[in-house]
Amino acid sequence: MIEVQHINKSFDGATVLEDINTSFERGKTNLIIGQSGSGKTVLMKCCIGLYDVDDGDILFDGREYAHLAEKKRQHIRQEMGVLFQGGALFDSFNVEENIMFPLNMFTDMSMKEKKERVNFVLENVNLAGTNNKFPSELSGGMLKRVAIARAISLIPKYLFADEPNSGLDPKTAERIDALLSDLTKKFNMTTVINTHDMNSVLEIGEKISFINKGKLWWEGDNQDVLKSDNQELNEFIFATSLTRRIKG
Amino acid sequence: MFQAFKRPDKGFVFRKQLLLDFRRIGTDSLGIVVVTSVFMGAIIAIQMAYNIDSPFIPNTIIGFSTRQMMVLEIAPTFISMLLAGKVGSRIASEIGTMRITEQIDALRVMGVNPANYLILPKITAAMLYFPVLIIFSIFLGIVGGWISSIVTGIVPSAAYINGIRDWYDPFTVTFAMIKTVVFAFIITSVSAYKGYTVKGGSVEVGQASTDAVVQSSILIIFFDLILTQLLLT
Repeated sequence: MIEVQHINKSFDGATVLEDINTSFERGKTNLIIGQSGSGKTVLMKCCIGLYDVDDGDILFDGREYAHLAEKKRQHIRQEMGVLFQGGALFDSFNVEENIMFPLNMFTDMSMKEKKERVNFVLENVNLAGTNNKFPSELSGGMLKRVAIARAISLIPKYLFADEPNSGLDPKTAERIDALLSDLTKKFNMTTVINTHDMNSVLEIGEKISFINKGKLWWEGDNQDVLKSDNQELNEFIFATSLTRRIKG
Repeated sequence: MFQAFKRPDKGFVFRKQLLLDFRRIGTDSLGIVVVTSVFMGAIIAIQMAYNIDSPFIPNTIIGFSTRQMMVLEIAPTFISMLLAGKVGSRIASEIGTMRITEQIDALRVMGVNPANYLILPKITAAMLYFPVLIIFSIFLGIVGGWISSIVTGIVPSAAYINGIRDWYDPFTVTFAMIKTVVFAFIITSVSAYKGYTVKGGSVEVGQASTDAVVQSSILIIFFDLILTQLLLT
């Protein structure tokens, strides 16, 4: 479990996150939703330690993280897998080398074991046989899946995904959602996903945190989200004519 | 940037990156070094012959002057400035692109020291490989001068060869190597810093690449003066 305890974050005096207090549960897909500029990416970057919080703390299974020195964060960081919005695959490495990178850095596995692990995670993201392809040869959906494969190569306890569906067609986006949900269950990970994709919200939102103007406005799951009387949440959820039609 | 000079987390990963950077920074620069050095040597020999056209000066001076200029200035300084353009812009744009596409963030959240992983092998590769390139450049420049002497007939081959053997002081080569190692450090560290600290998008990466070349070149000239004053006077 990840506990976010009353964190605040500002940039150059402008408050971006204000007293965020929530938790992300193990074995569930935890979604952070909100409009662009609402602060959800900053919240995720605070969680993974790319931004330092001004106040408050973040606990990973009870272990303090937010105020640790960079070197002391390494241990928890090696238990994280992160899927960045653009994939962030290393351009000069092929698929196998990208996935093998964390294994090279943090394990003493033999080459045979590493290759087995690469093939195992590639099978899990339905990309078996793409080992020798370079990122420039992959489609957007494949890039995201390779990035997921790299993120889970060390079988992390915590998986973070920043807008995993952005730039993908609806069918591929649905497959990525299903994949993240399946992997969360299979490896019993604490998965945190940033999204503003309503299909993701309804399909895999086992726990949803709605961020608006830097504040946490609502929490619940995909069963409650359409029934809430929270005005700001409804404005976000029913912003498109399609969702308004669903609401009837 | 100081994070770059820490001990690498994994020795074999560092060695793998180092070998890759030997190729990207060193071997890939061989072509431009060969062409430039041969032509520079040839041009120096012809210009020397043109400017020193006196019966009181022995024609061996052309070989001697070509060697001295290649060793003292053209190879270590001019070729280093050329490498600042080729290697420096490559390093700045490669690392800058990694920064804006979140690849450096990815390294960081994996628990890897990105500065150490990306920058240290490049600095090490340049400091080890550039002296090899410069020795090669000196040799090719002298050969270029010899070829131009024969082809144009400005000086007999024997006189040119005698000239390059005259008044040889081994310290001049040591001086060239000291300058080269310092310039290699300047080029790679300035370019890596410019790329590593990029913020924004492709325009800023282009700007960082240009800044890396300009600032490296200015620092090379500046340190050339300081090292010449310190070591040759």
